[in-house]
Amino acid sequence: MTRTPPFRLAQGGRLIDRAFQLPFRFDGRHLRGVAGDTLASALLANGQMLMGRSFKYHRPRGPIASGAEEPNALLSLGQGGRFEPNQRATTTPLVAGMVTRSQNCWPSLDNDLMAVNDWLSPLFPAGFYYKTFIHPRPFWKHLFEPVIRRSAGLGAAPTDADPDRYEQAYAFADLVVVGGGIAGLTAARDAAASGQRVIVLEQAPHWGGRTPTDHPGGQAAIDALLADLSGRANVTLRRNTMATGLYDHGYLIAREAIADHDPNAGLPRQRLWRIRAGHVVTATGALERPLSFACNDVPGVMLASAVRDFIIDYGVAPGQSILVVTNNDDAYRTALAARAAGLDVPAIIDARPLADGALPQAARAAGIRVLTGTGIAKVKGGKHVEAAALCDQSGDGRVLETIACDVIAMSGGWSPVVHLWSHCGGKLLWDDQAAMFRPDPDRPPLGADGKGNVTVTGAANGDLACAGGLEQPEGATMPVWVMPARAPYRLRAKMWLDFQNDVKVSDVELAAREGYASVEHTKRYTTLGMATDQGKVSNINGLAILSAALDQPIPQTGTTTFRPPYTPLTLATIAAEARGEAFQPLRKTPIHGWHETHGASFEPVGQWRRPYCYPQGAEDRHAAVNREILAVRGGVGTLDASTLGKILVKGPDAGRFLDMLYTNMMSTLPVGKCRYGLMCNENGFLMDDGVVARLSEDSWLCHTTTGGAERIHGHMEDWLQCEWWDWKVYTANLTEQFAQIAVAGPKARALLERLPGTIDLAALPFMHWAEGELAGIPACIFRISFSGELSYEIAVPAGRGLELWQILHREGRDLGITAYGTEAMHVMRAEKGFIMIGDETDGTIIPQDLGLDWAISKKKPDYIGKRAQQRPHMTDANRWKLVGIESLSNKVIPDGAHAVAPGRNANGQRNVQGRITSSYHSPTLGKPIAMALVRHGPSRMGEVLDFPMPSGDVMQGRICDPVFYDKEGSRLNG
Amino acid sequence: MLILTCPYCGVQAEETELHPGGEAHLKRVGPDGSDEDFEAYLFARKNPKGVHFERWRHAYGCGKWFLAARCTASLQVFGTYKAQNPYPPAEIVDAIRAHRPDWQPDWTVQHAQAESPAE
Ligand SMILES: [Zn+2]
Repeated sequence: MTRTPPFRLAQGGRLIDRAFQLPFRFDGRHLRGVAGDTLASALLANGQMLMGRSFKYHRPRGPIASGAEEPNALLSLGQGGRFEPNQRATTTPLVAGMVTRSQNCWPSLDNDLMAVNDWLSPLFPAGFYYKTFIHPRPFWKHLFEPVIRRSAGLGAAPTDADPDRYEQAYAFADLVVVGGGIAGLTAARDAAASGQRVIVLEQAPHWGGRTPTDHPGGQAAIDALLADLSGRANVTLRRNTMATGLYDHGYLIAREAIADHDPNAGLPRQRLWRIRAGHVVTATGALERPLSFACNDVPGVMLASAVRDFIIDYGVAPGQSILVVTNNDDAYRTALAARAAGLDVPAIIDARPLADGALPQAARAAGIRVLTGTGIAKVKGGKHVEAAALCDQSGDGRVLETIACDVIAMSGGWSPVVHLWSHCGGKLLWDDQAAMFRPDPDRPPLGADGKGNVTVTGAANGDLACAGGLEQPEGATMPVWVMPARAPYRLRAKMWLDFQNDVKVSDVELAAREGYASVEHTKRYTTLGMATDQGKVSNINGLAILSAALDQPIPQTGTTTFRPPYTPLTLATIAAEARGEAFQPLRKTPIHGWHETHGASFEPVGQWRRPYCYPQGAEDRHAAVNREILAVRGGVGTLDASTLGKILVKGPDAGRFLDMLYTNMMSTLPVGKCRYGLMCNENGFLMDDGVVARLSEDSWLCHTTTGGAERIHGHMEDWLQCEWWDWKVYTANLTEQFAQIAVAGPKARALLERLPGTIDLAALPFMHWAEGELAGIPACIFRISFSGELSYEIAVPAGRGLELWQILHREGRDLGITAYGTEAMHVMRAEKGFIMIGDETDGTIIPQDLGLDWAISKKKPDYIGKRAQQRPHMTDANRWKLVGIESLSNKVIPDGAHAVAPGRNANGQRNVQGRITSSYHSPTLGKPIAMALVRHGPSRMGEVLDFPMPSGDVMQGRICDPVFYDKEGSRLNG
Repeated sequence: MLILTCPYCGVQAEETELHPGGEAHLKRVGPDGSDEDFEAYLFARKNPKGVHFERWRHAYGCGKWFLAARCTASLQVFGTYKAQNPYPPAEIVDAIRAHRPDWQPDWTVQHAQAESPAE
C-alpha cells in the first residue's frame, strides 16, 4: 500500500509541544517539526521514512529504533566548523533552523547510484574484501584501495575547526545510578534515604525511560520518585547525560549534552564528567531485538517499541496500517497503542503457538486479528513497506496470505543493556528462560577492595516487568532466531542482522562454514556489530545464528567484548579545554618577554619555548644563526640558559651519592670548582650530561639538560628513596629559582668588568665558580663554556634575570653584544666536537661510544650503569664510535643519513656502517661540518664514506677529528 | 584508573597523580654480579596474573615512591607500604592471604626479618 498522510496524529505526543513550530532543513527541503521532537520524529511527521543508505549495498534505510541503538538514521548536521557527520536522528533533539543532510548516497538519497552494489550483492558475501583484494599486490595500491576509499565511510569528515566550547568536570559520589527510569530512580531513592551522596544520570532529556510510555500510571510513579529525589540535598539529578564507560575502581565517564546543536545558547556544548563512584547501579534498561525475516530491512520495518514511542511520545504515525510481528506479549502494547491512536492494525503475527496472556486478550477484545504460530515469509516493497507475505512459523516459507501495510512493528524479545557492567569485567550468564544474556550477580566488576562495585537493577537485570506493578504478568517469550524456522537460503540471504553494515543471516552462516568458530573472529570477518551502533541491535541475533550454525548452545558461543564508549563520543569533548594554548602548560623564562620583543623565532624544548635565533630585518633563520655565531666568535653574545636544569644535592652523603649517579668522581671535586659529568641509566646508556659545581663541603649543584631537569630529579629521588634510603642526602630542583645567562665571546670579560661587582673575574679560572654581586644583583658566576669561547654563565634570582640581561645589552652595545639562540649554540658546540644529548645519543649510546672515556672513573668500584657497560656487546670493538665528517661537496650531509657498507642484509637492504648524528653549516669555518657514529671510526681517519640520498644521489664525507675548531682550546681564555 | 593510597601522605591518589615504576623489591646487582644475575635484575620480570608487588611514585602529590600489593587480574589492592621495605610487611602478607588463601610468598621469613628496615 502507498503511504498516505497525515503523519502527525491529531492528538497525543507526551514529549512534544505543538504550540512551538520549528523549521528545519533536510537535504535542502524546508520542513517543520515541533518543540520536543527528535530529528527522527520530525522527519517521520513529514512523511520522510527514508533517512539513509546502508554502508555496503547502499540499500534504502529508515529508522528502526527510537533511541541510542539506532543503526540506520544517521545524518550530517550543521555547516562549516559545526558540521558533524553520523548523528543519530533518534537521539538528536530538533532545534529551529537545523540544517541536516542524508549520507552515503549519491547523487541523492532517492536515487543512489552506488545501490548497484545491492544488485551485485550475491558477489559481495562476507569476507569478500579479504578474499578478492589480496592479489595481485600492485592492484591493491593502484586500483582497489582508491576505489574502496572513495566509496567507504559514512559521513564526510568536517574540514573546519570546531568553534564550540567543551569542558570537563569532576564529581564524586557514594552511589552513581546510571539510568533514570523507574528502576534507577527507585534505587536512587532507597540510597538517598540512607544518606548516601547519589548522582543519577539519564541519557535522555526526560526522566522515566519506558515506564510513562508503556504503563498506565507510569508517569505518576516517575513523578512521585522525582519529587522525593529533587527535595534531597544529597542527590544530583542529571539529564542529557550519557554514561559512556566504566573503568577501574569505579571511575565512570559520562557525557552531558548542554547546548548540543544550539550554538546560540552561550554555553559549553558538551561537558565530560569524570566521576569517581563508590558504587555504581546500572539501571540501563533493555533494548528490543529485531526478528530475522526476509527483507526485514525495508524502510517501515521498525522495532515495535519504537513504533509506539513515535505514536505515544511524539504523536507521530509512522504509517497508517501497522502490522505487528512478535514472539512475546510486549509488542501487543504497540498494537493497542496504534489502535488507540486511530491507526489500522491489520493483524498481530505471533510466532508462538499460543498467545493468551492479558495483553493478547486485550488485543483480541479490541477486535485485532491475532495469528499465532505464524511468521513473515517476506516483506514486499522497495523504498518502503507495501505488504507482508505470511507463512507458518515452523515451515519453510510457503506463503499463506499477504497483508497490505505500510509499517511492520517487530519484536524479537529484549536484551538487557549490559555494556557498563561488562566494561570493567562483570560477567554475563545466559538466561535460557528469557532468552537473554544478563549480568551474573556472582561475578560483578570489582572495586579496589576486591568486592563487587556494580549492581544492576530493573530491565538491565532482565527484570522486564519491573515497571508493571499490579499489571498481570506477561506470557513467556519464545526464542525466534530465524523466521520461518526452516527458511531456505534465498530467504536467509535477505534477512538482515546488522542493518548499517549489511550483514545477513547467510553471511554469518558462511563464516561458520568457513571455519570461523570464535564470535570475535566472525565479527571481524563479517563486520557484524562493527558499525557505529556497535551491534546494539544485531549482536544477540547474530550470535544465536552463529551458535545454530556451529550446533552449539548460545552461552558456549559467548558475546563479543563490550568496550566503551556506549555511544560515540566526539573528540572535542574528550579534549575539552586542552587545546590550542591550553593544550599543555607553556614554560617561559624570566627573559621571555625580551625575546618576544626582539624578534625571537622560538622552538619548543620540552615544555619550554626557547629562542632558536633572532632574525633581524629581512634576515631568514639561517642568516640570523650565522650572524649570531660570528658575533659570539668575534665579540660577545648572550644566551638565555635559564631553562638549564639546576638541582641542588646536599647532605653528608651527597658526594657518595653523586659518585653513584655520575660516571666520574664528584666527591673529590674541590669547593669552588666545576666538573663536566655524565649520567647513565642502569642499562649503561647515557641519559644526561651537565656541569656539576661544588658549592660547599656538603652541597653540589648539578646542571642538567633543558629537557632533563624533572626527569633527572625524579631519577635521583628514585635511587635515594628506594635503594639508598639510609643515605643522608637531600635534593631540590631549583631550575625555576634562577635565571641563567651565558655571556660568551672574546669580549665577555671586558663586558662583565664594566659592571660593578664583587667578583674578581681575572682571578676566576676556567671550570671555577664564584659567588658575589654583579651590577647590584646577587650572582653566581660559573666559568664554563659550551661554545669554546671565553664564557661565563651567570645565575641570578629568577626575578632579576631580565634586569641583568638588559644591563648587559645596554653596557655591551659598543662591543656589538648579540643575543644568540639555541641553534647558534648547537652549531658552536658541534664546531667544538661537544656532544648533545638527543643528537649524539638516542638511548642506545654509551659514553664510550662518544670518546668520553676520560669522563668515566676507572677508580670507582661502582656507579649506575657500570655493570651494564661491562657486557660483551658494550665493550665490542665493532660498536659505532664518534668521529667528525667533512663533506666532500660544499653541501651539508643531512642529519640522520646512513653511511653504507659493501653488501646487503637479509632484507635486501644496503649494509650500513655509520650515521650522521649532527650536521650543520659552520659559518666560522665556512664549510659544512658533521658528527657521526661510525664502525671503527676513530681508527679510520681520512677514509671516505658514501651516504646515499633518497633522491638516488650519493653524498660523500671524509672521516676526521670531531673537534673542528680551536683544537688547542686557546680561545677559552679570550 | 586505579586508586592507591599513598602511605606517606595518606592521600587516596588517583592513577593520574601517580607515576608507575614497575616491579618492586628488585635487588640491585652491581659490578660484581654474574651475567645471569645482572640480566635477571635488569630484565626478568615476574608479570604474574594475580598477586603482584609494584612501585608507584606519588608524582603529583608528596613525591614519594611507595609500593603496592595488587592483583593484576581483578585489580584488587591488598595494601600499600613504604618503599624502604625490602620485603612486603606482615600486614600486607596477611591482607593478601585473607583474600588469596592459596597464595605463597616467594621469599623466606627469616630473610625478611634480617633485612627489615629501620623506621
Ligand atoms: Zn603522597
